[in-house]
Amino acid sequence: MAGQTLYDKIWDAHLVMERDDGTGLIYIDRQLLHEVTSPQAFEGLKLAGRKPWRIDANLATPDHNVPTVNREQGIDGIEDETSRIQVVTLDDNCRTYGIRQFDIRDRRQGIVHVVGPEQGATLPGMTIVCGDSHTSTHGAFAALAQGVGTSEVEHVLATQCLVQRKTRNMRIQAHGRLPDGVTAKDLILAIIARLGTAGGTGYTFEYAGEAFEQLSMEGRMTVCNMSIEAGARAGLIAVDDRTIEYLRGRPFAPKGALWEQAEAYWRTLHSDPDAVFDREFEIDAAALEPQVTWGTSPEMGVGVNGLVPDPAGFDEPSRAESARHALTYMDLEPGTPIRSIELDKIFIGSCTNARIEDLRSAAKVVKGRKVAGNIKQALVVPGSGLVRQQAEDEGLAQIFMDAGFEWRAPGCSMCLAMNADRLESGERCASTSNRNFEGRQGHGGRTHLVSPAMAAAAAIAGHFTDVREMLEDA
Amino acid sequence: MKPFTELTGVVVPLDRANVDTDQIIPKQYLKSIRRTGFGDNLFDAWRYLDEGRIGLTQNERRINHDFVLNQPRYQGASILLARRNFGCGSSREHAVWALEEYGLRCVIAPSFADIFFNNCFNNGVLPIVLDENIVDDLFREVAAEPGYELHVDLPAQEVVTPSGARFGFDIEPGRKHRLLHGLDDVGITLQQVATIKDFEARHQARQPWLFGALQGD
Ligand code: SF4
Repeated sequence: MAGQTLYDKIWDAHLVMERDDGTGLIYIDRQLLHEVTSPQAFEGLKLAGRKPWRIDANLATPDHNVPTVNREQGIDGIEDETSRIQVVTLDDNCRTYGIRQFDIRDRRQGIVHVVGPEQGATLPGMTIVCGDSHTSTHGAFAALAQGVGTSEVEHVLATQCLVQRKTRNMRIQAHGRLPDGVTAKDLILAIIARLGTAGGTGYTFEYAGEAFEQLSMEGRMTVCNMSIEAGARAGLIAVDDRTIEYLRGRPFAPKGALWEQAEAYWRTLHSDPDAVFDREFEIDAAALEPQVTWGTSPEMGVGVNGLVPDPAGFDEPSRAESARHALTYMDLEPGTPIRSIELDKIFIGSCTNARIEDLRSAAKVVKGRKVAGNIKQALVVPGSGLVRQQAEDEGLAQIFMDAGFEWRAPGCSMCLAMNADRLESGERCASTSNRNFEGRQGHGGRTHLVSPAMAAAAAIAGHFTDVREMLEDA
Repeated sequence: MKPFTELTGVVVPLDRANVDTDQIIPKQYLKSIRRTGFGDNLFDAWRYLDEGRIGLTQNERRINHDFVLNQPRYQGASILLARRNFGCGSSREHAVWALEEYGLRCVIAPSFADIFFNNCFNNGVLPIVLDENIVDDLFREVAAEPGYELHVDLPAQEVVTPSGARFGFDIEPGRKHRLLHGLDDVGITLQQVATIKDFEARHQARQPWLFGALQGD
């Protein structure tokens, strides 16, 4: 019999029962909650007269609606009334049920996918859910982490289980090392461009190969975060020394003898050498250049030294049609060099790229330079209060502010513009977030997805440019 | 949840691939803490020419008369015909709530994004996967014939066209059962309390560090 994949191992360790129709009842170790997708779940629970199954499996923090200014005012600093009600509702629900929350005033508050790993609330081998598609982020720790809908949030609250059919396995191998100036973000954007936004539907990814092994935990989180952008609900990376070292000493990670026991188990969390994957996908990481998306789907990306493609050259009519729509929305002409595209705004933030390493890599480019005159606003929004603090301690915040960036308080911010940070209609943004959908960053706004270093370079140049040239003259 | 058995209804075609949930229901409506009130904002950015926000009524909006949902021939539609990878992106269940409240109880497409597909079954909406060629044909037939209706028969797992052509579709038996009877998954799972507790005890014995860590610092 062939060996098991990492996914198979985690699945088996959590299978409560197989149901008659071939679906499984899977035990969930951790549920992360935020204010947008949980109110209706708590309400459903209450209406049915049910209680959460296991309070200590849940961790909550508000992130989508919180403002990135006036945070010293707490809840009162949220100007928009509907946003405020949502954040207060999370407070109320957590208080009612005794669920651990880092509320808007807590220095540990932040984007839920930054907070979980940072606190050691995300651990290898766990099953994790959150009413948020980017829950895939936590797969960087060999945790089976998936986004779910609000009914499923309620289901997990009530039963500690999820009903699910086992997915297929796809291994994504990246050979070679990423060249200098080419980051985890560029790697995952290039993978999505090749696989397509639906290429991973029905699969769990496992990222393997030298390029992923070389990545820091932050970089691995960036990669796993965007698994969903290729249609996969979850992406995994095996446990290695980096995983263990990242977690050691985190507040909610096990301590003492329990740590020893946990570590021994975690070290088994990798695919067996003879495991068979349903699909293999390979990419040459050493040959990549920094990536920029030109369209309204994360798969519409190209190298920074490339051109906006001509839809007429696409072989599939439906893809050509989508590209035409996208170019109209983005106000771009086929054949335009990516480097000549001028920007209005810069956003460095989101659960994809708002960790300390992301801020360091952007600050390295920005240091001693100024944001270009045509840039109306350049925002840096750290992923959590602790990341913000660390960046201030390391002097990164000062570098950004000296260059003309605005240094903000943590939250999702302009990744989806539920708070006041947004693009106005027609504005063009270099963004380190994960989705360039129409209107995502504001009605009529135009988003180009890039790495933090590339966003920083675009801020300085006023248009896209190959960050590697800036790193050379630094 | 409303049961779903058979449905005969007008089909509205949405001829775009990779329609994401940000398009189905834009973020500003996600600020609601209720499960209802999303129907008028389904496909908001395409349906209206101005930017919407919570609290604006339809009379205050500028309608985009070119968008399919606004064309007279598709009024009262209950079946959405879509292209591949429908519902990709965000996990927001609000997308399904909006479709359901608008009156669209069935979506037919060559493929769906995973999370959206799941969310449908939890809200009495039936997503049907049909072959790309069949979907192409349906798009042509809908365009050619105003008032075009399909009959969807869940017990028989068939879509029937006006000319009598029948297309079978797959559905997991558990999901079919729940849709047919309008059953809530939580209630079904809670019939397994003893099994879950048993598992939980064994799980805790194997991985004790997974329990209790979040309570207290
Ligand atoms: S940062 Fe963006 S993608 Fe991440 S959880 Fe927040 S809104 Fe979602």
